Amino acid sequence: MITGKAIAFGNNIDTDQIIGAQYLTLPTITQMSEHLFEHHTQFTEHFTKGDIVVGGENFGCGSSREQAPAVLKECGVAAIVAASFARIFFRNAINLGIRLIECPAAAEISAGDRLAIDHDHLCNLTTGQEYPIEPLPDFLQAIVDRGGVIGRLQK
Amino acid sequence: MNAVEKIIAAHSKNAVVRPGQIVDVNLDCVMANDATATLAIDIFSNKLAADQVFDAEKVILVMDHYTPSSSIDAADTHNKMRRFAREQGLPHVYDGSGVCHQLMMEHHVRPGQLIIGADSHTCTYGALGALATGMGSTDIAVAWQQGTIWMKVPESIRIMVEGEWPVHASAKDLILKVIGDLTARGATYKAMCFTGPAIQALDLSGRMTICNMAIEAGAKFAYIQPDAKTQEYMQKAGREVYDIFFDDEDAEYERELQYDVSDLAPQIAFPHSVDNVRDITAFEGMAIDEIFLGACTNGRYEDLEIAAAILKDRKIATTVRLLVTPASKEIFLRAMEAGLIATLMESGAMIANPGCSACFGGTGGILGKGERLLTTANRNFRGRVGSADSEIYLAGPATIAASAITGTITDPRRIER
Repeated sequence: MITGKAIAFGNNIDTDQIIGAQYLTLPTITQMSEHLFEHHTQFTEHFTKGDIVVGGENFGCGSSREQAPAVLKECGVAAIVAASFARIFFRNAINLGIRLIECPAAAEISAGDRLAIDHDHLCNLTTGQEYPIEPLPDFLQAIVDRGGVIGRLQK
Repeated sequence: MNAVEKIIAAHSKNAVVRPGQIVDVNLDCVMANDATATLAIDIFSNKLAADQVFDAEKVILVMDHYTPSSSIDAADTHNKMRRFAREQGLPHVYDGSGVCHQLMMEHHVRPGQLIIGADSHTCTYGALGALATGMGSTDIAVAWQQGTIWMKVPESIRIMVEGEWPVHASAKDLILKVIGDLTARGATYKAMCFTGPAIQALDLSGRMTICNMAIEAGAKFAYIQPDAKTQEYMQKAGREVYDIFFDDEDAEYERELQYDVSDLAPQIAFPHSVDNVRDITAFEGMAIDEIFLGACTNGRYEDLEIAAAILKDRKIATTVRLLVTPASKEIFLRAMEAGLIATLMESGAMIANPGCSACFGGTGGILGKGERLLTTANRNFRGRVGSADSEIYLAGPATIAASAITGTITDPRRIER
C-alpha cells in the first residue's frame, strides 16, 4: 500500500517541463533531480518525499529522455497517476520500475488530496472516491516486479 | 498484414504478427545522441555489466544537441561518448556533422529496416519506408548488448492525402494540420501511415518533415511506402540493397483519415502545445523577436531554398534576428555552392554550425524573458528554448521567411516571389 499527498498537474505535461535540456549533461541523476519541475511551484513548494504525482492526459509527452522518469524516481515520487501516459515515458518508467497508474478520472483529484494505492484500487482519502486500477499486462507487470527491465534480463 | 506489421514480422520469429502482440525484434541500427547516450553508457557498463556491443557496425553515436560543446558538462559528455566509441571500436561516430536523424537518413537507413534511437524523432526514418522509433537510455543499453528489443505491434492509422500542393503550403503545414486534428495524444502507440498522390508528389525532404512530427501526435512509427523517389534517393546515397514491404490485400487499419492539400493555408502551432494549431490568418501581425530555420524537421536544402527564394534581395526587419542552421554538413555545403547561404546572410541571417541548434536550447539562440520565437522546429513546449516566460510558435519555411521580412507573423501568400 502506497499513501501520499497528490501533487497535481494538467494535461500534456512534457518531458522538458519535468527536466530541462540544459540539465541533461549534468554528471549524475542526483544533480539533475534538483531541477525537477523547476518552473512548477505546486511541485517545488509542496512536494515531500513519498508524494504522488497526478497528471491529466498524455503525461510525459515529448522527448525520449529517460532522465525524466529517473529524476522523478530519484526525488522519491511514490507513484504517478495520470489519465493517460505518452508512450516513451510510459516505457521508460516501467523500465525503471516506477509505479504508474492510468486513471481516466485523474482530473477529479485535487492538489493536496491524500491518496492510497493498493494492488487494484486507488482511493482518494480526502474525497472518499475510490477508483479501480486496471492491471498492467502480465508482460509489463513482470518487468515492474523485477524492479525494471534489467532485473528481468538478470532473472 | 499491412506493411508495418510485415516489417515487424520480418524482424521477429513470427511469420504473422497482429496489433497488440508483444514480440522480440532484431534491430538493424541503434542510434544514440549526446542528450541520451551517456546515461545509456552508464547503464550498459554498470547496471548491465556488459562488455561488447552486439555489432559495432550497427551502433551509431551522434553529438548534435550540445555541439560545439556548450558547457564543461557538455564537453565531459562528449568525451565520455568518444571514449566509449574507442573502447567499443565503433566506426560510425558523428561529431558536429549534423542532426542525428538527418545523418541517419544520409548514411545509414534503408527501406524495410527496423531501427530504434534514443531520441523521440527517430520516427523520421519512416520517410524511407523504415520502421523506427524512439526509446529511452535503458532500452538503448539493452539493445546495444542484445541486438534485440521487445516491442508491441501497433495499430495503424492510414492518412490519405490528395490534391495539388499550393505554392505557399508545404509538408510542414500539412503535418501541423493533421496533429491539430488528431491532438497531441491522438495517435499514441500507433503507426501513422501516410499515403496518396500528394505524399507521392513530395520529395524525401518533405516526407521527412511529415514523419518527423508523428511523435507529436504520440505515434510510435511513421511510414511512407517506398516508391521511385525512394529508390532514387537510395541510389544517390549508394545504398541499393534493401527490402520493400507492401500491404496485403486484406491489410487492416484502425481508421482512415482523408486530407486534401489543394486549399491548405499556412499553419501555425501556438504555445505551448504542438496540437494548438490554427490557420496563419489567426496570428498575422504578431511581433516576433527571433526566427529559426533548421532542425531535423525543416533544416534541409529544400527548406533553405524556399526561405532563400523569399529573402532574395530583401532584408530582414531590424527588430528580429534570424538564425539558420543547416541540418547537416552535406546540406550546408550544397547550400553554399548554390548560393543559398550567401542569399540568407545578405538578408541578415546568422548561420550556425549543423546540429540541433535553437530547436533544443542546448546551444545558441536561447530566448530571454517575454520573447517570442517563430521556428521551423517540431516542439513549442514551455521553456524548451530558454526562459519559461518565452513563447514558441511553429511554422513552415515559407512562413518564417515572410515573417523575417516584416518582423511580425506574416502570411507568405502576401509576399511576391
